[in-house]
Amino acid sequence: MKSTLARPRPRLLGMHGMRRLMHAILYLILTAGAIVAVIPMAWTLSSSLKDSAHIFTLRVQWIPNPVLWRNYVDLFYKLPFMRFIGNTLLIVVSNVFSAVLMGSLAGFAFARLKAPGKSFAFILLISTMLLPSQVTLIPRYIIFKTLGMIDTFWPLILPGWLGGGPFEIFLFRQFFMTLPLELDDAARIDGCGTVRIYWNVVMPLSRPVIATIGIFNFIWAWSDLFNPLIYLNSMEKFTLALGLATLQRTAEMSTRWELVMAGSIVSIVPMVIIFFLGQNYFVQGIALTGLKG
Amino acid sequence: MGALAGGRRVAVTGRQGLSRRERLEAVQFYLLIGPWLLGFVGLTAGPMLYSLFLSFADYDLFHAPRWVGLDNFQYLFASPYPLSLLWKSLGVTAYYTFLSVPVGIIGSLALALALNSKIHGVPLYRTLFYLPSLTPAVASALLWVWIFNSKYGLANAFLRSLGLPGPHWLTDPYMVIPSFVLMGLWGLGGNTMIIFLAGLQGVPTHLYDAAEIDGANSWQRFRAVTLPQISPTIFFNLILGIIGSFQVFGSAYLMTGGGPEYATYFMVFYIYQEAFKTLHMGRGSALAWILFIILLFFTLLQFSLSRRWVYYEGEQS
Repeated sequence: MKSTLARPRPRLLGMHGMRRLMHAILYLILTAGAIVAVIPMAWTLSSSLKDSAHIFTLRVQWIPNPVLWRNYVDLFYKLPFMRFIGNTLLIVVSNVFSAVLMGSLAGFAFARLKAPGKSFAFILLISTMLLPSQVTLIPRYIIFKTLGMIDTFWPLILPGWLGGGPFEIFLFRQFFMTLPLELDDAARIDGCGTVRIYWNVVMPLSRPVIATIGIFNFIWAWSDLFNPLIYLNSMEKFTLALGLATLQRTAEMSTRWELVMAGSIVSIVPMVIIFFLGQNYFVQGIALTGLKG
Repeated sequence: MGALAGGRRVAVTGRQGLSRRERLEAVQFYLLIGPWLLGFVGLTAGPMLYSLFLSFADYDLFHAPRWVGLDNFQYLFASPYPLSLLWKSLGVTAYYTFLSVPVGIIGSLALALALNSKIHGVPLYRTLFYLPSLTPAVASALLWVWIFNSKYGLANAFLRSLGLPGPHWLTDPYMVIPSFVLMGLWGLGGNTMIIFLAGLQGVPTHLYDAAEIDGANSWQRFRAVTLPQISPTIFFNLILGIIGSFQVFGSAYLMTGGGPEYATYFMVFYIYQEAFKTLHMGRGSALAWILFIILLFFTLLQFSLSRRWVYYEGEQS
């Protein structure tokens, strides 16, 4: 390529021209890539607005004619979609709160308090982070079945309140470690106990990590298929993900792709909104943790 | 108790025991991690031991578990496909891993390099490339079933417009894994890429300046500066990628049902089938432990290999 030409004298004018060319090529590739990334979404959106007659056509039709907003209405009154969304939100809200509260409390303990056996507990915590969930899957199911919790939301909610993912605890701990200990000492001299140091000193300084964990738990709980699939049986308990997955397999729906696509769009929209609200936390959070999912 | 502790606080702080404040702190510590500890015992450690036991037992949820020794493993390993699916399932999972992980790593790294250059509109591109990863697994599976539809799907419509024959993306046993890999390309701009981007931004610029003064071209700069500097990131993404691809479930469940001809019978799908469709909880547990040991092996292997080729700042060699 041209770089061999430019190499001996990188500071000459030729460099400018080459850099321009390189940038032009880069823009071209990136734009092509971005189009490829967006096309499936656009196709979904377009399909969701078509009528049954226009969806099964051999010719690609990008702009639906007629545009059928009705599909989005049908979704809600022909199917228990409102129910699905309500169920999902209930689980999501519980998981977000439990992750932030329990994660930060335990993370605070690991970062700020001294106790015998702490380093051993921390090793346990780290090792559970590496554990694939499949190993505990079957016994957990048996436990929840024994407790009579199958086809309730408890198996989807309870683990979060019992420390949930070790990820959250670890992430909070890492963040709290970066806050100066002098803050605690000053607060203690002012007569603050541990609880007030947690609530009035440490937590207000931890918005970024709170937002990150909240956002990721929102996404995980909203998108999760596996756990609802295993634990929920009756349709009025279904989450949005499970409802979509199940409906697509029923005979009636397998010919109504426009509704399946409309349902998919409904499940994507909150993700996109939360992404735009918390874009910076996203990038930080992913970079910090690597993050499953 | 109060008087005793009070007396102690004055007299003893070191060897014999904890001071009152230290004891209070220890109690607070265990109160705060209590829920997690309870979860660890009840939902992690306990279940792990129980699933180890179950892998040597026969259990269908309705009759008491019965110890059967190595029967489950014997059944899984010894019986040939199609009687036992273990080898098939391992093969499918490994095939998918060895195809999708390198493609994913190289693709995301290339994308991260492009987005790390000094051009305008990087935030916009980054957002557009990230959008696919925001799509919930179910939605993206449904979307791709529709795109891969061999008659009305977008993929074959595109090929038709070029005058090319369209394959049976999801119904041809030889095509289906490559189709899954192709589908994975859609998510190249996701978390892996963001991690690479963070890694690239952490490379000190003075190293590039020094390389430029020495007359290194862009390939040489990449080879001698970027690559060694981000090798920990590559290593990290590699482990995450392998572990992730060994845990594929959603696309098999939603798009192919493990077929055609067991071509997408991934390990986790197999576990799901054994445990929750045919209620072979013992066999399912044995499978889960096999998967666990494989993942553990990969993690440890990567950790030991990484010493050889991963460069860490401040390390003397």
